[in-house]
Amino acid sequence: MKKILTSVSIALLLALPFTTMATPQQDLDAFQDFYKKRFPGTPFDDFINGVYSIDAASRAQWEDIEDFPPYELNISSGEELFNKPFANGKTYASCFDNGGMGIRQNYPYFDTDRGEVVTLELSINECREANGEKPLKWKKGPIADISAYMAFTSRGKVFDIQIPDDPRAVAAYERGKKHFYQKRGQLNMACADCHKFYSGNYIRADLLSPALGQLTHFPVYRSKWGGIGTTHRRYGGCNKQVRAKPFKAQSAEYRALEYFHTYMSNGLIVNGPGARK
Amino acid sequence: MASIKIRAKVKNGLTTVKTLMSHPMETGLRKDKKTGEKIPANHITEVTAEHKGNVIMTANWGGAISKNPYLSFKFKGAASGDMIKITWVDNTGKGDSAEAAIK
Amino acid sequence: MNLLRRKFLKTATYIGATTAAIGSGVLLPQRVLGAYNEAAFAAKDVNGALTASMGSDQYTASDAIKLKAPDIAENGAVVPVTVSSTLSNVEAISIIAAANVSPLTSSYQLSPACEAFVSTRIKMGKTADVVAVVKADGKLYSASKEVKVTIGGCGG
Repeated sequence: MKKILTSVSIALLLALPFTTMATPQQDLDAFQDFYKKRFPGTPFDDFINGVYSIDAASRAQWEDIEDFPPYELNISSGEELFNKPFANGKTYASCFDNGGMGIRQNYPYFDTDRGEVVTLELSINECREANGEKPLKWKKGPIADISAYMAFTSRGKVFDIQIPDDPRAVAAYERGKKHFYQKRGQLNMACADCHKFYSGNYIRADLLSPALGQLTHFPVYRSKWGGIGTTHRRYGGCNKQVRAKPFKAQSAEYRALEYFHTYMSNGLIVNGPGARK
Repeated sequence: MASIKIRAKVKNGLTTVKTLMSHPMETGLRKDKKTGEKIPANHITEVTAEHKGNVIMTANWGGAISKNPYLSFKFKGAASGDMIKITWVDNTGKGDSAEAAIK
Repeated sequence: MNLLRRKFLKTATYIGATTAAIGSGVLLPQRVLGAYNEAAFAAKDVNGALTASMGSDQYTASDAIKLKAPDIAENGAVVPVTVSSTLSNVEAISIIAAANVSPLTSSYQLSPACEAFVSTRIKMGKTADVVAVVKADGKLYSASKEVKVTIGGCGG
Protein backbone atom coordinates (compact mmCIF):
# COMPACT_ATOMS: atom_id res chain seq x y z
CA MET A 1 0.00 0.00 0.00
CA LYS A 2 2.78 2.33 1.05
CA LYS A 3 4.70 1.58 -2.14
CA ILE A 4 1.72 2.45 -4.28
CA LEU A 5 1.15 5.74 -2.47
CA THR A 6 4.83 6.64 -2.79
CA SER A 7 4.91 5.98 -6.51
CA VAL A 8 1.68 7.89 -6.99
CA SER A 9 3.06 10.91 -5.11
CA ILE A 10 6.31 10.78 -7.05
CA ALA A 11 4.35 10.66 -10.28
CA LEU A 12 2.33 13.66 -9.17
CA LEU A 13 5.44 15.59 -8.22
CA LEU A 14 7.01 14.88 -11.57
CA ALA A 15 3.83 15.90 -13.31
CA LEU A 16 3.79 19.30 -11.68
CA PRO A 17 5.47 22.09 -13.62
CA PHE A 18 8.74 23.15 -11.98
CA THR A 19 7.72 26.79 -11.82
CA THR A 20 5.16 26.18 -9.05
CA MET A 21 8.00 26.02 -6.49
CA ALA A 22 7.79 29.33 -4.64
CA THR A 23 10.51 31.90 -5.09
CA PRO A 24 11.99 33.60 -2.04
CA GLN A 25 10.05 36.74 -2.97
CA GLN A 26 6.81 34.78 -3.04
CA ASP A 27 7.71 33.22 0.32
CA LEU A 28 8.39 36.69 1.69
CA ASP A 29 5.07 38.09 0.53
CA ALA A 30 3.16 35.13 1.95
CA PHE A 31 5.14 35.27 5.23
CA GLN A 32 4.57 38.97 5.86
CA ASP A 33 0.95 38.61 4.79
CA PHE A 34 0.45 35.86 7.36
CA TYR A 35 1.50 38.17 10.21
CA LYS A 36 -0.44 41.14 8.92
CA LYS A 37 -3.54 38.98 9.02
CA ARG A 38 -2.73 37.42 12.38
CA PHE A 39 -2.06 40.79 14.03
CA PRO A 40 -4.32 43.22 12.18
CA GLY A 41 -3.93 45.86 14.90
CA THR A 42 -0.16 46.03 14.54
CA PRO A 43 1.24 48.58 12.09
CA PHE A 44 3.81 46.86 9.85
CA ASP A 45 6.67 49.01 11.13
CA ASP A 46 5.95 48.05 14.72
CA PHE A 47 6.81 44.37 14.22
CA ILE A 48 10.40 45.37 14.99
CA ASN A 49 9.33 45.62 18.62
CA GLY A 50 8.32 41.98 18.94
CA VAL A 51 5.98 41.20 21.80
CA TYR A 52 5.88 44.87 22.74
CA SER A 53 3.97 45.50 19.55
CA ILE A 54 1.22 43.17 20.72
CA ASP A 55 1.14 43.52 24.55
CA ALA A 56 0.57 46.87 26.23
CA ALA A 57 1.56 45.87 29.78
CA SER A 58 4.99 44.57 28.90
CA ARG A 59 5.43 47.44 26.44
CA ALA A 60 5.05 49.91 29.32
CA GLN A 61 7.85 48.23 31.29
CA TRP A 62 10.02 47.99 28.21
CA GLU A 63 9.54 51.70 27.47
CA ASP A 64 10.50 52.46 31.08
CA ILE A 65 13.75 50.59 30.61
CA GLU A 66 14.30 51.98 27.10
CA ASP A 67 14.44 55.45 28.68
CA PHE A 68 17.95 54.56 29.84
CA PRO A 69 18.60 50.98 28.77
CA PRO A 70 21.52 48.87 30.02
CA TYR A 71 22.72 48.24 26.47
CA GLU A 72 23.94 51.85 26.31
CA LEU A 73 26.90 50.60 28.33
CA ASN A 74 27.51 47.99 25.63
CA ILE A 75 27.27 50.55 22.84
CA SER A 76 29.93 52.69 24.57
CA SER A 77 32.11 49.68 25.14
CA GLY A 78 31.58 48.62 21.53
CA GLU A 79 32.53 52.06 20.26
CA GLU A 80 35.79 51.97 22.20
CA LEU A 81 36.58 48.48 20.95
CA PHE A 82 35.71 49.40 17.38
CA ASN A 83 37.99 52.42 17.40
CA LYS A 84 40.92 50.79 19.14
CA PRO A 85 43.64 49.95 16.58
CA PHE A 86 44.92 46.41 16.19
CA ALA A 87 48.57 45.69 16.95
CA ASN A 88 49.32 46.41 13.31
CA GLY A 89 47.86 49.89 13.55
CA LYS A 90 44.72 49.27 11.46
CA THR A 91 41.18 49.45 12.78
CA TYR A 92 37.91 47.60 12.09
CA ALA A 93 36.85 50.49 9.85
CA SER A 94 39.31 49.34 7.21
CA CYS A 95 37.45 46.03 6.75
CA PHE A 96 33.99 47.41 6.13
CA ASP A 97 32.09 49.53 3.66
CA ASN A 98 31.63 53.08 4.88
CA GLY A 99 34.09 52.42 7.70
CA GLY A 100 31.60 50.02 9.28
CA MET A 101 29.05 52.75 10.00
CA GLY A 102 25.42 52.32 9.06
CA ILE A 103 25.79 48.90 7.37
CA ARG A 104 23.98 46.49 9.71
CA GLN A 105 21.03 46.26 7.31
CA ASN A 106 23.22 44.57 4.69
CA TYR A 107 23.85 41.50 6.84
CA PRO A 108 23.73 38.64 6.34
CA TYR A 109 24.60 38.54 2.65
CA PHE A 110 25.55 35.76 0.27
CA ASP A 111 29.16 36.05 -0.86
CA THR A 112 29.17 34.62 -4.38
CA ASP A 113 32.98 34.47 -4.49
CA ARG A 114 33.18 32.30 -1.38
CA GLY A 115 29.85 30.60 -1.90
CA GLU A 116 28.62 31.17 1.63
CA VAL A 117 26.45 33.31 3.88
CA VAL A 118 28.38 36.03 5.68
CA THR A 119 27.00 37.45 8.94
CA LEU A 120 28.11 40.60 10.73
CA GLU A 121 29.80 38.70 13.56
CA LEU A 122 31.61 36.54 11.02
CA SER A 123 32.89 39.68 9.30
CA ILE A 124 34.06 41.12 12.62
CA ASN A 125 36.17 38.09 13.42
CA GLU A 126 37.45 37.77 9.86
CA CYS A 127 38.57 41.37 10.12
CA ARG A 128 40.46 40.52 13.29
CA GLU A 129 42.12 37.49 11.78
CA ALA A 130 43.05 39.36 8.61
CA ASN A 131 44.86 41.83 10.86
CA GLY A 132 46.72 39.30 12.97
CA GLU A 133 44.36 39.29 15.94
CA LYS A 134 42.75 36.31 17.67
CA PRO A 135 39.06 35.81 16.97
CA LEU A 136 36.53 36.71 19.66
CA LYS A 137 34.01 34.29 21.15
CA TRP A 138 30.82 34.29 19.11
CA LYS A 139 27.96 34.56 21.54
CA LYS A 140 28.67 37.31 24.06
CA GLY A 141 31.32 39.69 25.32
CA PRO A 142 33.34 42.00 23.06
CA ILE A 143 31.90 40.71 19.78
CA ALA A 144 28.40 41.51 20.99
CA ASP A 145 29.52 44.98 22.10
CA ILE A 146 31.08 45.71 18.70
CA SER A 147 28.01 44.35 16.93
CA ALA A 148 25.84 46.51 19.21
CA TYR A 149 27.77 49.63 18.29
CA MET A 150 27.63 48.85 14.58
CA ALA A 151 23.89 48.12 14.83
CA PHE A 152 23.34 51.37 16.71
CA THR A 153 24.98 53.40 13.94
CA SER A 154 22.56 51.74 11.51
CA ARG A 155 19.34 52.45 13.35
CA GLY A 156 16.59 53.44 10.98
CA LYS A 157 18.15 51.81 7.92
CA VAL A 158 15.90 49.43 6.03
CA PHE A 159 16.74 45.74 5.70
CA ASP A 160 16.97 44.70 2.06
CA ILE A 161 18.66 41.31 2.13
CA GLN A 162 19.45 40.06 -1.36
CA ILE A 163 19.28 36.51 -2.65
CA PRO A 164 21.37 36.62 -5.81
CA ASP A 165 20.44 34.52 -8.81
CA ASP A 166 22.88 31.82 -7.79
CA PRO A 167 21.79 28.28 -6.93
CA ARG A 168 24.12 28.27 -3.92
CA ALA A 169 22.44 31.39 -2.48
CA VAL A 170 19.00 29.92 -3.06
CA ALA A 171 20.17 26.67 -1.47
CA ALA A 172 21.36 28.53 1.64
CA TYR A 173 18.05 30.38 1.81
CA GLU A 174 16.14 27.10 1.41
CA ARG A 175 18.29 25.49 4.10
CA GLY A 176 17.41 28.29 6.50
CA LYS A 177 13.77 28.03 5.57
CA LYS A 178 13.84 24.29 6.17
CA HIS A 179 15.33 24.80 9.63
CA PHE A 180 12.60 27.28 10.48
CA TYR A 181 9.77 24.92 9.56
CA GLN A 182 11.31 21.63 10.69
CA LYS A 183 10.26 20.04 13.96
CA ARG A 184 13.16 19.17 16.21
CA GLY A 185 14.14 18.15 19.70
CA GLN A 186 12.46 16.07 22.35
CA LEU A 187 9.61 18.55 22.36
CA ASN A 188 9.33 18.09 18.59
CA MET A 189 8.68 21.72 17.85
CA ALA A 190 9.66 23.94 14.96
CA CYS A 191 10.57 27.62 15.13
CA ALA A 192 7.43 28.14 13.09
CA ASP A 193 5.24 26.45 15.67
CA CYS A 194 5.93 29.07 18.34
CA HIS A 195 6.83 32.05 16.23
CA LYS A 196 4.44 31.73 13.36
CA PHE A 197 1.41 29.51 13.97
CA TYR A 198 1.17 30.21 17.70
CA SER A 199 2.77 33.65 17.73
CA GLY A 200 0.89 35.95 20.08
CA ASN A 201 -0.15 33.02 22.28
CA TYR A 202 1.21 32.41 25.75
CA ILE A 203 3.39 29.56 26.89
CA ARG A 204 3.08 29.80 30.63
CA ALA A 205 3.85 33.45 31.29
CA ASP A 206 5.74 34.18 28.07
CA LEU A 207 4.19 35.73 25.03
CA LEU A 208 5.42 34.17 21.76
CA SER A 209 6.97 36.80 19.53
CA PRO A 210 6.26 36.88 15.78
CA ALA A 211 9.19 35.80 13.58
CA LEU A 212 8.52 38.85 11.42
CA GLY A 213 10.82 41.56 12.74
CA GLN A 214 12.42 39.17 15.17
CA LEU A 215 16.06 39.82 14.30
CA THR A 216 16.01 43.55 13.60
CA HIS A 217 16.96 44.45 17.19
CA PHE A 218 19.94 42.10 17.57
CA PRO A 219 22.34 41.91 19.32
CA VAL A 220 20.02 41.88 22.29
CA TYR A 221 20.37 42.75 25.97
CA ARG A 222 18.21 40.24 27.79
CA SER A 223 17.26 40.80 31.41
CA LYS A 224 17.50 37.05 31.73
CA TRP A 225 21.11 37.04 30.56
CA GLY A 226 21.93 40.22 32.51
CA GLY A 227 23.91 41.12 29.43
CA ILE A 228 24.06 41.34 25.67
CA GLY A 229 24.20 38.40 23.26
CA THR A 230 24.26 37.68 19.55
CA THR A 231 21.66 36.13 17.25
CA HIS A 232 23.41 32.77 17.28
CA ARG A 233 23.51 32.78 21.06
CA ARG A 234 19.74 33.04 21.01
CA TYR A 235 19.39 30.40 18.30
CA GLY A 236 21.36 27.98 20.48
CA GLY A 237 19.15 28.78 23.44
CA CYS A 238 15.98 28.28 21.41
CA ASN A 239 17.16 24.89 20.10
CA LYS A 240 18.00 23.85 23.67
CA GLN A 241 14.57 24.92 24.88
CA VAL A 242 12.88 22.34 22.66
CA ARG A 243 15.59 19.93 23.82
CA ALA A 244 17.31 19.75 20.50
CA LYS A 245 21.08 19.70 20.23
CA PRO A 246 22.11 23.25 19.36
CA PHE A 247 24.32 23.97 16.38
CA LYS A 248 27.56 25.86 16.86
CA ALA A 249 27.43 29.63 16.62
CA GLN A 250 28.31 30.73 13.08
CA SER A 251 27.85 27.19 11.78
CA ALA A 252 26.58 26.94 8.21
CA GLU A 253 23.18 25.91 9.60
CA TYR A 254 22.70 28.98 11.80
CA ARG A 255 24.06 31.28 9.11
CA ALA A 256 21.52 29.83 6.68
CA LEU A 257 18.77 30.28 9.26
CA GLU A 258 19.82 33.88 9.92
CA TYR A 259 19.83 34.49 6.13
CA PHE A 260 16.26 33.24 5.72
CA HIS A 261 15.09 34.81 8.99
CA THR A 262 16.47 38.27 8.17
CA TYR A 263 15.28 38.16 4.54
CA MET A 264 11.76 37.59 5.85
CA SER A 265 11.97 40.99 7.60
CA ASN A 266 12.92 42.94 4.48
CA GLY A 267 11.23 46.31 4.57
CA LEU A 268 11.62 46.69 8.34
CA ILE A 269 14.28 48.88 9.91
CA VAL A 270 17.33 48.22 12.08
CA ASN A 271 16.51 48.91 15.73
CA GLY A 272 19.44 47.23 17.42
CA PRO A 273 20.76 46.77 19.93
CA GLY A 274 17.52 45.96 21.71
CA ALA A 275 16.34 45.18 25.22
CA ARG A 276 14.14 42.20 25.95
CA LYS A 277 13.19 40.19 29.01
CA MET B 1 35.24 51.88 29.83
CA ALA B 2 33.60 54.44 32.12
CA SER B 3 31.23 52.59 34.40
CA ILE B 4 28.83 55.50 34.94
CA LYS B 5 26.60 57.24 32.44
CA ILE B 6 24.85 60.41 33.51
CA ARG B 7 22.07 62.43 31.96
CA ALA B 8 21.06 65.61 33.74
CA LYS B 9 18.54 68.16 32.51
CA VAL B 10 17.23 71.25 34.24
CA LYS B 11 13.77 72.67 33.55
CA ASN B 12 12.02 75.40 35.54
CA GLY B 13 14.63 75.13 38.27
CA LEU B 14 14.21 71.38 38.72
CA THR B 15 17.08 69.12 37.63
CA THR B 16 16.31 65.52 36.74
CA VAL B 17 19.33 63.25 36.96
CA LYS B 18 19.35 59.79 35.42
CA THR B 19 22.30 57.51 35.81
CA LEU B 20 23.24 54.03 34.59
CA MET B 21 26.13 52.13 36.12
CA SER B 22 27.96 49.05 34.94
CA HIS B 23 28.12 46.58 37.83
CA PRO B 24 27.38 42.85 38.28
CA MET B 25 25.32 43.49 41.46
CA GLU B 26 25.79 39.95 42.75
CA THR B 27 23.63 39.27 45.78
CA GLY B 28 25.87 36.60 47.21
CA LEU B 29 22.97 34.14 47.06
CA ARG B 30 23.45 32.83 43.52
CA LYS B 31 25.27 29.57 42.91
CA ASP B 32 27.75 29.06 40.13
CA LYS B 33 26.03 26.54 37.82
CA LYS B 34 29.26 24.74 37.06
CA THR B 35 30.90 24.51 40.48
CA GLY B 36 27.86 24.66 42.77
CA GLU B 37 29.70 27.26 44.86
CA LYS B 38 28.01 30.47 45.95
CA ILE B 39 29.08 33.46 43.92
CA PRO B 40 30.29 35.98 46.51
CA ALA B 41 28.35 39.18 47.08
CA ASN B 42 29.64 41.93 44.84
CA HIS B 43 27.31 44.86 44.67
CA ILE B 44 27.28 48.62 44.97
CA THR B 45 26.54 49.60 48.55
CA GLU B 46 26.43 53.36 48.21
CA VAL B 47 25.83 55.93 45.50
CA THR B 48 26.43 59.61 46.22
CA ALA B 49 25.40 62.61 44.19
CA GLU B 50 27.26 65.89 44.62
CA HIS B 51 26.53 69.36 43.33
CA LYS B 52 28.93 72.26 44.02
CA GLY B 53 30.70 70.20 46.66
CA ASN B 54 27.51 69.35 48.52
CA VAL B 55 26.19 65.81 48.85
CA ILE B 56 22.61 66.17 47.73
CA MET B 57 21.58 62.53 47.76
CA THR B 58 22.94 59.25 49.11
CA ALA B 59 21.57 55.89 48.06
CA ASN B 60 22.21 52.79 50.12
CA TRP B 61 21.86 49.70 47.99
CA GLY B 62 21.59 46.01 48.72
CA GLY B 63 22.09 43.16 46.26
CA ALA B 64 18.45 43.41 45.20
CA ILE B 65 19.08 46.36 42.90
CA SER B 66 19.23 45.05 39.34
CA LYS B 67 22.44 44.33 37.51
CA ASN B 68 23.78 47.33 35.58
CA PRO B 69 21.77 49.51 37.92
CA TYR B 70 19.72 52.57 37.11
CA LEU B 71 18.94 55.47 39.41
CA SER B 72 17.03 58.68 38.93
CA PHE B 73 16.39 61.55 41.34
CA LYS B 74 15.47 65.23 41.13
CA PHE B 75 16.74 68.33 42.89
CA LYS B 76 16.43 72.10 42.92
CA GLY B 77 19.02 74.83 42.92
CA ALA B 78 21.15 73.95 39.92
CA ALA B 79 21.58 75.80 36.66
CA SER B 80 22.42 74.70 33.16
CA GLY B 81 26.18 74.15 32.91
CA ASP B 82 26.63 73.15 36.57
CA MET B 83 28.37 69.83 37.10
CA ILE B 84 26.75 66.88 38.84
CA LYS B 85 29.07 64.22 40.25
CA ILE B 86 28.03 60.62 40.84
CA THR B 87 30.18 58.24 42.90
CA TRP B 88 29.61 54.58 43.71
CA VAL B 89 31.35 52.26 46.14
CA ASP B 90 30.82 48.51 46.40
CA ASN B 91 31.22 45.97 49.18
CA THR B 92 34.62 44.86 47.85
CA GLY B 93 35.98 48.38 48.28
CA LYS B 94 36.01 49.24 44.60
CA GLY B 95 34.51 52.47 43.42
CA ASP B 96 34.18 54.87 40.54
CA SER B 97 33.15 58.43 39.95
CA ALA B 98 31.98 60.50 37.00
CA GLU B 99 30.80 64.02 36.34
CA ALA B 100 28.50 65.50 33.77
CA ALA B 101 27.25 68.95 32.91
CA ILE B 102 23.60 69.68 33.53
CA LYS B 103 21.89 70.63 30.27
CA MET C 1 8.14 55.75 21.28
CA ASN C 2 10.67 57.25 18.98
CA LEU C 3 13.61 54.89 18.93
CA LEU C 4 15.36 56.96 16.36
CA ARG C 5 16.18 59.72 18.80
CA ARG C 6 18.71 57.32 20.28
CA LYS C 7 20.62 57.56 17.03
CA PHE C 8 21.54 61.13 17.75
CA LEU C 9 23.13 60.26 21.08
CA LYS C 10 26.04 58.78 19.23
CA THR C 11 27.56 62.21 18.80
CA ALA C 12 29.68 64.12 21.28
CA THR C 13 27.42 63.80 24.30
CA TYR C 14 27.89 60.09 24.21
CA ILE C 15 31.21 59.21 25.78
CA GLY C 16 33.69 62.02 25.87
CA ALA C 17 32.49 65.56 25.78
CA THR C 18 30.43 66.03 28.89
CA THR C 19 31.27 63.04 31.03
CA ALA C 20 34.64 62.65 32.71
CA ALA C 21 35.49 59.39 34.37
CA ILE C 22 37.58 59.69 37.47
CA GLY C 23 39.58 56.88 38.98
CA SER C 24 37.85 53.86 37.50
CA GLY C 25 37.63 50.90 39.78
CA VAL C 26 40.04 52.04 42.47
CA LEU C 27 39.60 52.45 46.19
CA LEU C 28 38.53 55.95 47.17
CA PRO C 29 40.15 56.41 50.57
CA GLN C 30 39.72 60.15 50.65
CA ARG C 31 35.93 59.87 50.75
CA VAL C 32 34.37 59.75 54.15
CA LEU C 33 31.86 57.01 53.80
CA GLY C 34 28.84 56.60 55.96
CA ALA C 35 28.94 53.16 57.54
CA TYR C 36 27.11 50.66 55.36
CA ASN C 37 23.87 49.85 57.10
CA GLU C 38 24.50 46.11 57.39
CA ALA C 39 21.67 45.59 59.86
CA ALA C 40 19.05 47.09 57.54
CA PHE C 41 20.04 44.92 54.58
CA ALA C 42 20.51 41.82 56.70
CA ALA C 43 17.06 42.09 58.26
CA LYS C 44 14.86 39.23 57.08
CA ASP C 45 11.57 40.92 57.90
CA VAL C 46 10.02 44.19 56.81
CA ASN C 47 9.74 45.70 60.30
CA GLY C 48 13.34 44.89 61.15
CA ALA C 49 14.48 46.41 57.85
CA LEU C 50 12.49 49.60 58.48
CA THR C 51 13.67 50.00 62.07
CA ALA C 52 17.26 49.66 60.95
CA SER C 53 17.00 51.91 57.90
CA MET C 54 14.40 54.50 58.93
CA GLY C 55 14.55 54.36 62.73
CA SER C 56 11.06 52.97 63.26
CA ASP C 57 8.65 50.33 62.01
CA GLN C 58 5.54 52.42 62.62
CA TYR C 59 4.13 53.79 59.41
CA THR C 60 0.77 54.87 58.03
CA ALA C 61 -0.51 54.50 54.51
CA SER C 62 -0.68 57.78 52.62
CA ASP C 63 -2.32 58.91 49.39
CA ALA C 64 0.39 61.53 49.09
CA ILE C 65 2.81 58.85 47.91
CA LYS C 66 2.70 57.55 44.37
CA LEU C 67 4.30 54.17 43.78
CA LYS C 68 4.71 53.11 40.17
CA ALA C 69 5.56 49.47 39.51
CA PRO C 70 4.22 46.95 37.01
CA ASP C 71 1.22 44.75 37.85
CA ILE C 72 3.08 41.78 36.39
CA ALA C 73 6.86 42.03 36.20
CA GLU C 74 8.13 41.06 32.78
CA ASN C 75 11.25 39.69 34.42
CA GLY C 76 11.74 39.54 38.20
CA ALA C 77 15.40 40.48 37.74
CA VAL C 78 14.58 43.94 36.42
CA VAL C 79 11.47 45.55 37.90
CA PRO C 80 11.22 49.31 37.34
CA VAL C 81 9.99 51.11 40.48
CA THR C 82 9.35 54.84 40.87
CA VAL C 83 8.41 56.55 44.12
CA SER C 84 7.23 60.13 44.29
CA SER C 85 5.49 62.10 47.01
CA THR C 86 3.87 65.47 47.61
CA LEU C 87 4.61 65.30 51.36
CA SER C 88 6.79 68.11 52.69
CA ASN C 89 10.21 67.77 54.29
CA VAL C 90 10.91 64.32 52.94
CA GLU C 91 14.32 63.23 54.17
CA ALA C 92 14.39 59.56 53.27
CA ILE C 93 12.73 56.95 51.09
CA SER C 94 13.04 53.17 51.40
CA ILE C 95 11.94 50.60 48.86
CA ILE C 96 10.96 47.19 50.15
CA ALA C 97 10.13 43.95 48.35
CA ALA C 98 8.30 42.13 51.10
CA ALA C 99 9.01 38.56 49.97
CA ASN C 100 12.70 38.99 49.17
CA VAL C 101 15.18 37.15 51.41
CA SER C 102 16.23 40.60 52.59
CA PRO C 103 13.19 42.81 52.09
CA LEU C 104 15.05 46.14 52.00
CA THR C 105 16.23 46.74 48.44
CA SER C 106 17.47 50.27 48.95
CA SER C 107 17.11 53.44 50.96
CA TYR C 108 17.74 57.01 49.92
CA GLN C 109 18.82 59.96 52.07
CA LEU C 110 17.57 63.14 50.44
CA SER C 111 18.97 66.58 51.21
CA PRO C 112 16.49 69.48 51.41
CA ALA C 113 17.38 70.32 47.79
CA CYS C 114 15.92 67.02 46.60
CA GLU C 115 12.41 66.38 45.40
CA ALA C 116 10.64 63.46 47.01
CA PHE C 117 11.35 61.28 44.01
CA VAL C 118 13.43 58.25 43.27
CA SER C 119 13.38 55.71 40.44
CA THR C 120 15.35 52.50 40.11
CA ARG C 121 15.12 48.87 38.99
CA ILE C 122 14.92 46.09 41.57
CA LYS C 123 15.11 42.31 41.74
CA MET C 124 12.15 40.43 43.10
CA GLY C 125 12.37 36.77 44.03
CA LYS C 126 8.64 36.19 43.81
CA THR C 127 5.24 37.82 43.78
CA ALA C 128 5.09 40.28 46.65
CA ASP C 129 4.08 43.69 47.85
CA VAL C 130 6.49 46.40 46.91
CA VAL C 131 6.34 48.97 49.70
CA ALA C 132 7.62 52.53 49.48
CA VAL C 133 8.21 54.10 52.89
CA VAL C 134 8.76 57.84 53.05
CA LYS C 135 10.10 59.71 56.09
CA ALA C 136 8.55 63.18 56.21
CA ASP C 137 8.83 65.52 59.18
CA GLY C 138 10.21 62.63 61.19
CA LYS C 139 7.20 60.37 60.58
CA LEU C 140 6.89 57.34 58.29
CA TYR C 141 4.30 57.03 55.54
CA SER C 142 3.82 54.29 53.01
CA ALA C 143 2.32 53.18 49.72
CA SER C 144 2.23 49.61 48.62
CA LYS C 145 1.48 47.62 45.47
CA GLU C 146 1.47 43.94 44.70
CA VAL C 147 3.78 43.03 41.85
CA LYS C 148 3.35 39.59 40.35
CA VAL C 149 6.46 37.70 39.35
CA THR C 150 5.80 34.82 36.98
CA ILE C 151 7.66 31.83 35.67
CA GLY C 152 8.36 32.28 32.00
CA GLY C 153 7.75 29.52 29.51
CA CYS C 154 10.75 30.25 27.43
CA GLY C 155 13.69 30.17 29.82
CA GLY C 156 16.55 30.02 27.32
